[in-house]
Amino acid sequence: MQPRDLKASQFASYPAQARELAAGRVALLQQLPLGFLPLLLREIIVYDWKFPPERSDLDHQLAYLESRSPAERRQLLANFERLRLSPELESYDWVNEPGQFSERLTTHLWATLQIDAFRTAAIDYVRTVNAAAPPAPLAMPRLSIVVLGKDVAENKYKLFRKLRPYGVYFNRVRPENGLRVLLDAVTARAQAHPSPYRHWYIDGGSEEPVSSAGLVRFSYDSLSAARGTLQEKMQKTFQSGIGPEAFRTMLARMRPAELGLGDAPDAVLSRFQVSVLTEGSGTQIFSTTFVQWAAREAFRRAQPLTLLLRFAPRQRARPMNELLAETQRKPELDPQGSLIDADMGSYYTWLNQQRLAGMETSSFLVWFENHDEALAIGPSLARATESSSPVDLEHLVKQVS
Amino acid sequence: MRCGNLRVRTRDRIQAVSGISRARLRSPREIANAVSSSRRTFLREATGAAAAGALLSVAPRRAWAAPRGRKAVVVTFGGGARDEETFMPDGQENIPNLLTALIPRATFFSQMVNRGILGHYVATASLATGAYETFNNFAAVPPDRPTVFEYFRKDLKRPAGDAWVVAPSNGFNRIGESGNRAYGRGWGAGVILPKRLLAAALSSSEGAAYEHLLRDNYETPLYAPELGGSQVELHQMAEVLRLSVADFAAHARVLASPDELSVYIARHLMRQLAPSLLWITLHDIDIAHSGTYSLYLEAIQRTDRLCGEIWNNIQSEPEYANKTNLFILPDFGRDSDDDAGGNGFQHHRTGDPLSRTTWMMAMGPGVRENIVVERPAEPTDLVPTLGAILGFDARLSQGKPLREVL
Repeated sequence: MQPRDLKASQFASYPAQARELAAGRVALLQQLPLGFLPLLLREIIVYDWKFPPERSDLDHQLAYLESRSPAERRQLLANFERLRLSPELESYDWVNEPGQFSERLTTHLWATLQIDAFRTAAIDYVRTVNAAAPPAPLAMPRLSIVVLGKDVAENKYKLFRKLRPYGVYFNRVRPENGLRVLLDAVTARAQAHPSPYRHWYIDGGSEEPVSSAGLVRFSYDSLSAARGTLQEKMQKTFQSGIGPEAFRTMLARMRPAELGLGDAPDAVLSRFQVSVLTEGSGTQIFSTTFVQWAAREAFRRAQPLTLLLRFAPRQRARPMNELLAETQRKPELDPQGSLIDADMGSYYTWLNQQRLAGMETSSFLVWFENHDEALAIGPSLARATESSSPVDLEHLVKQVS
Repeated sequence: MRCGNLRVRTRDRIQAVSGISRARLRSPREIANAVSSSRRTFLREATGAAAAGALLSVAPRRAWAAPRGRKAVVVTFGGGARDEETFMPDGQENIPNLLTALIPRATFFSQMVNRGILGHYVATASLATGAYETFNNFAAVPPDRPTVFEYFRKDLKRPAGDAWVVAPSNGFNRIGESGNRAYGRGWGAGVILPKRLLAAALSSSEGAAYEHLLRDNYETPLYAPELGGSQVELHQMAEVLRLSVADFAAHARVLASPDELSVYIARHLMRQLAPSLLWITLHDIDIAHSGTYSLYLEAIQRTDRLCGEIWNNIQSEPEYANKTNLFILPDFGRDSDDDAGGNGFQHHRTGDPLSRTTWMMAMGPGVRENIVVERPAEPTDLVPTLGAILGFDARLSQGKPLREVL
């Protein structure tokens, strides 16, 4: 089917808000090229479970496309129009399965060596649409705090090596009561500027008690039942002998109820958690990957004002000889390897924060838990400097707030 | 010898026109710095970087007679390592063997640009055919075009035992032989999949427990395609390698990773059969897909060590010493930290310049030492280069012989 044949009734299976959004814009959707439209529908079909900034972005995108003249729209989407699609893609049910279409389109673009053309088209499109909507001012400057190194007694790895050029490295931090200070600081921000999904706390172990109701919070441990169910389903699917495409489709179709999260009070958040576990490679197995990927997705989708991440030891990857020597053993933890994972994860968290609006006022703090090393980045802090003055976490929080 | 619009007679002259920099550098670290600096320049100007290469678009070709006794070993690794974790200052601690033992003896191509599909099996198949293959990366299918093994054996009338592949288990069982009608069946390489052999070597009850060992596709963690190629089975191993099943399983129990097992098997092949063309595909680095940076670094360090061991093995085996060229190259790179569409080192999905750009080193007789080639080349150039060295014509490949090592 071609986009020009699209009818409002074809969105009947979409969730309520998505259906209304799509059906109300059929005239626009009919004019979009097939190399582009299903990708837009992939976003629309999950509109009911999107975070506020995602909804705002999608609303803006549709309004922008509607505001263009037919000639301007053709020019904007010309590079998508030029993509050569296969008859199989054209006949696929891209209205009801835009996500699966997207997977197939990706495979087709790689196989026909059109992926670079698509990449260029996508970057140009996003740049043009974003330029038409100046970002709204933030309620408060963004702040990310990363705590890493839980249970590491001694460390020889040079920490914060990628972040040091951008901030102040502190090597005489007083660690007493540090985690509580950071949790309280995050709670205070959530209370000062309450807003849905704007303040997050993600823990790679179990959650520390926090009092604020305005804080989105979950942990690797809190999702252990869902992870176990998912791994079981993955194993069974694998044993059934299906190929990787069907395997990915199975993961993409996974719903919260299938992982025991159907009764969760917040459907938007439980959908997010399922996506972290099904779309993130390694998130089901390694807690460090889980924390890093969840933070990346939170920034990309919810654009939080406050984010507290705490990395915890992941399970140790056992070398082949150990696996051969002993197959049944309780997984051990790898605090030192996890520290290195988390160090890179903290760098990626800072990079992802800096991709959002307000980067010039945002701040970042990373602390080696229960040790004397930390690094702070912020508009009032010097770059590539080192401080050997004794300092506590409370003081560092003030510096980045 | 014609070279584009320029007539060049000596290698020095070639260097002068092609941007090759003779690495008269004092230390391996300085060589590494030159490599990464060259790469950074390339990545900044990725779209316009072909100018230097254009001068070398017509390459010389050796006569098709193979030099007597000449051999080649190719080492590829799936899941390329980025500059940040290798040749950049912070990464150099991970590659002491490449830096201090190998690069000073090598001609080093700092910009191998892969323009094909960035999936490990299809990309490795493209390396082996010298043409960008476009089949489904996760399907156990043979390459469309003839492989280097078929060119080698058919043109030079070499027996089956003279070309071997040692590779991980996922899909690579079909890499030894293409589906091309003019070559294909009967002209390919023997393929050994050490992890498959290990699983078979264990008892049936143990085999189930060790099923996870067969996992070497970290991007789709639970998928391993059915076999359908002509890989060596367990019962053939003892005959081919003169290695008992018991000894093989016992040795596996002291190795830390599947790649170590692959190198162990490769050593046996070299000692027992001394093939003229040996292709080893390592895969530990692809653990990066799990998102664990420390495991990715450990795998780079292990791969670095194994590359050093392979070179030392070549030098210590009488059948190989002083008559073997070694080529080492990742199949492609990994995503940049700067691309918001990716997640840095974890994947190779964006198709950005860093994920497409990697390096290659060539060593051995006739190859100049301590050279850095800055012009862009492509991994499809490897097969015609092997053809020029060993004496076969890779007539259906898309690449061009790399004149800097001929």
